[in-house]
Amino acid sequence: MRSLLLRSLLQGSAVIAPPKPGEAAMAELAEELGAQAQRRLGRSLAIREVDAGSCNGCELEIHAINNPVYDIERFGLKFVASPRHADVLLVTGPVTWNMREALERTYAATPSPKWVVALGDCAFNCSVFAGSYACAGAVKDIIPVDLHIPGCPPPPLDILKGLLALVAHAEG
Amino acid sequence: MKRPVATSVLEVAGGQKAGPDGFVRLAVDDRIWICLALGCAKGLQDFLSVWADGSDICMALGAPVKGVRFIASLPMKRNAYPSVSKNHAPALRLERALRDLKGIEPQGLPDHRPWIDHGKWPSSPKGRQKELPRPAAPYTFLPSEGEGLHQIPVGPVHAGIIEPGHFRFTANGEAVVRLEERLGYVHKGIEALCTGADIATAARIAARISGDSTIAYSYAFALAVEATLGWRPPPRAKLLRGIMAELERLSHHINDVGGICNDASVVVLHAHCTLLREEILQTAMQCFGHRMMMDVIVPGGVTQDLLPEDAGRIESLLDRCLERFEAVVRVYDEAPSLQDRTVTTGYVSQELATQYAAGGYVGRASGRNFDTRKSYPYAPYDHLDVGVAVRAEGDVDARVWVRIEEVRSSVKLIRGMLKKLEPGPIMAKATTLKAGTGAAMVEGFRGDVFIALRLDETGRVSGFHARDPSWFQWPLLEAAIEGNIVADFPLCNKSFNCSYSGHDM
Repeated sequence: MRSLLLRSLLQGSAVIAPPKPGEAAMAELAEELGAQAQRRLGRSLAIREVDAGSCNGCELEIHAINNPVYDIERFGLKFVASPRHADVLLVTGPVTWNMREALERTYAATPSPKWVVALGDCAFNCSVFAGSYACAGAVKDIIPVDLHIPGCPPPPLDILKGLLALVAHAEG
Repeated sequence: MKRPVATSVLEVAGGQKAGPDGFVRLAVDDRIWICLALGCAKGLQDFLSVWADGSDICMALGAPVKGVRFIASLPMKRNAYPSVSKNHAPALRLERALRDLKGIEPQGLPDHRPWIDHGKWPSSPKGRQKELPRPAAPYTFLPSEGEGLHQIPVGPVHAGIIEPGHFRFTANGEAVVRLEERLGYVHKGIEALCTGADIATAARIAARISGDSTIAYSYAFALAVEATLGWRPPPRAKLLRGIMAELERLSHHINDVGGICNDASVVVLHAHCTLLREEILQTAMQCFGHRMMMDVIVPGGVTQDLLPEDAGRIESLLDRCLERFEAVVRVYDEAPSLQDRTVTTGYVSQELATQYAAGGYVGRASGRNFDTRKSYPYAPYDHLDVGVAVRAEGDVDARVWVRIEEVRSSVKLIRGMLKKLEPGPIMAKATTLKAGTGAAMVEGFRGDVFIALRLDETGRVSGFHARDPSWFQWPLLEAAIEGNIVADFPLCNKSFNCSYSGHDM
C-alpha cells in the first residue's frame, strides 16, 4: 500500500490542461438563459445525474469526467446524490414512458434556479430509439432543457466543455 | 398425455447435426417441452432463453460439457404454451416479460405480476398478440413478516451515476432479510424496433442494447446474421473482433475492481483503475476511431482496420497496464481493511449459480466452470487457448479475483491475436440475401450474450431476440444480499455489475 501511495505522489499529475468552454454550448446558453439567473451560483455547480432510459454508454463517459485525467471537481463541478442538493440535472437517454414520472419528480424536487443539460444523441432526439411505443420523447419534450451535449456517447472532453460553458454563464 | 419426466436434451436430439450457427434445432410437442424444462430443473442442461418466433415458442438449451446447444420450438395454441418457470424458476422473469410484451400466456406461470409493463405505455407494444388488463398500480411486493422488520425503498433514481431500477429492502436493523428488485424502467422496445428494420439499422440498435457491452452485442448480432446468410468474414476481421472484445473486457474488469475498492472506501485504487481504463479507451479511440468501439463490428466484418503503428500502440498499452494493474492487485491482496469488506460478503452458492446457469464472473466465482469462449468456441477463440478462471468461494472477493485473472488472460489473448494478424481485407464481399434464422452466443465482459434472429428474403429482420447475461444474475443478487448488512449492498451490487438496459431492453 505504502509504495503505491508514494508512487502516486511522485509520479506527477495525469490531469489535462483545462479546455475552453465549448462554443456551440456558449451560443445555445446565450439564447436559453435569462440574465437574472446569472451570478447566483458563483463558480460552483452541483450536478445530479438522471438516466432516463440510456443504454448506459453515456453514464460510462460521465464517470470518465470524474477520473484524474479530466478531474471535473477542479472546476467547481460536483456530482451530488440528491436532486435537493443540485443546481443542474444532467439527463441521458430517450425518456422512456417507464422513467417519465421519475424524471418529472426529480425535476420538481430540484430547487430553483436550476438548469437541465440533455446529454447524448438519445437525449436530444431519441436517436435509434425514435418511434418506439416505449419512448415518451427527447428530454426537451418532458422538461425544459438549457443545453444539449451531442454525441453517442459524447467523449469526456465534450462533456467538460459543455459544462464549463454552463459555469461561465452562471458566473455572468 | 404420459406424465412428463426430467429429460436430457442430449437424449432427445443429441445425435442431430447442428446448423451453421452451432445450434441443433428440434421441433417438440407439449410433453417433450415440459420434459426438457424439468431436465433444466434437474441440472441435466442449461436453460439459455425463451422467446417467441412467429407462432412458435422457442427455448434455447445448452450442454456445455458436450459443447452442444439446442433450440427447441413448439407451436403455440391460441398464444399459449406450457410455462417453463412452473418447473424451472430461472425462466420466470423472461416469461413475465414475454407476457407483457407479446401477450403470450405461459400456462401455469407461478407469478402473474407484470414485469416490464409498468402500466405507462399509451399504446400496446408493437407485436403484442392480445390486450391484457393494464397493470394495477401500485406494484405488489412480496410480503415479509416478522417482528421489527422495516422496508427501505431505493430508486428508480439512485444516488450515484448509475442506471435506474427499484430495490425494495426489508431489513431487521442492519441485516437485510429480503431484497426484491423491480426493473423495466429503461425499457425502450428494442425487439419491436429491430423487427422490420434492415440489417444495418438493426445492427446499430443492437450495439446500443447495453452500452458497456456494445462490442459483445455487435459481435453476437454479426455472428447470427452471418450464420443465417452463410456469410464468411475474412480472417483479419475475425482477429480484430477478438482484439476489440478483449479490450472491452479489460476496460470493464479493471474499472470494476477499482469500483469495488471505491465502495470499500479505498479511493486511491479506484483512481488508479480509472486512469488505466482511460488509457484503454484513448487507445481504442486512436486505433478504432471510437472510445468504446461502437458500430465497428458489423455483419460481414469490421469497419476499421488496425494500422501497423496502432498494433504497436496496443502492445505498449498492455505492457503499461499490466504492470500498473499488478501494483493495484498487490495492494488489494495485502490490505486487511479491504479483505475485511469483501471476503465472505455477498455469497452465492454453487447450486444457485448452476441452477441459474449464471454467466461471467458471477457464475465462475461460484464454481461454475463455463465461459462461452471455451465451451462454445467461436472465431477467433476456436484457435486460441482461453483459460477459464474459476473460484469456489462465491463471495465479493472471489468475483474480484475472477476479474483479476481474466485481465491477465485477456492481455495474453490480445498479444496472441496481434501476432497472428496478417494483412488482408476486413469486410467480406456482399452476399445474396435470403430468408432464414440464426443464433449466436458471445462472451461479453459480464457473461454470455445470446441473440436469435430471423431474416426475410429481402434482408429485413423479421424476428429479434436478445438475452443479456443479467437476466440470470439479477435474481442471484437478491440471494447474495440476504443476511448481509444494508451498508454492504453497494459492494455486492458492484461485484455483480448487472446491466439494467440490457435486461430491460
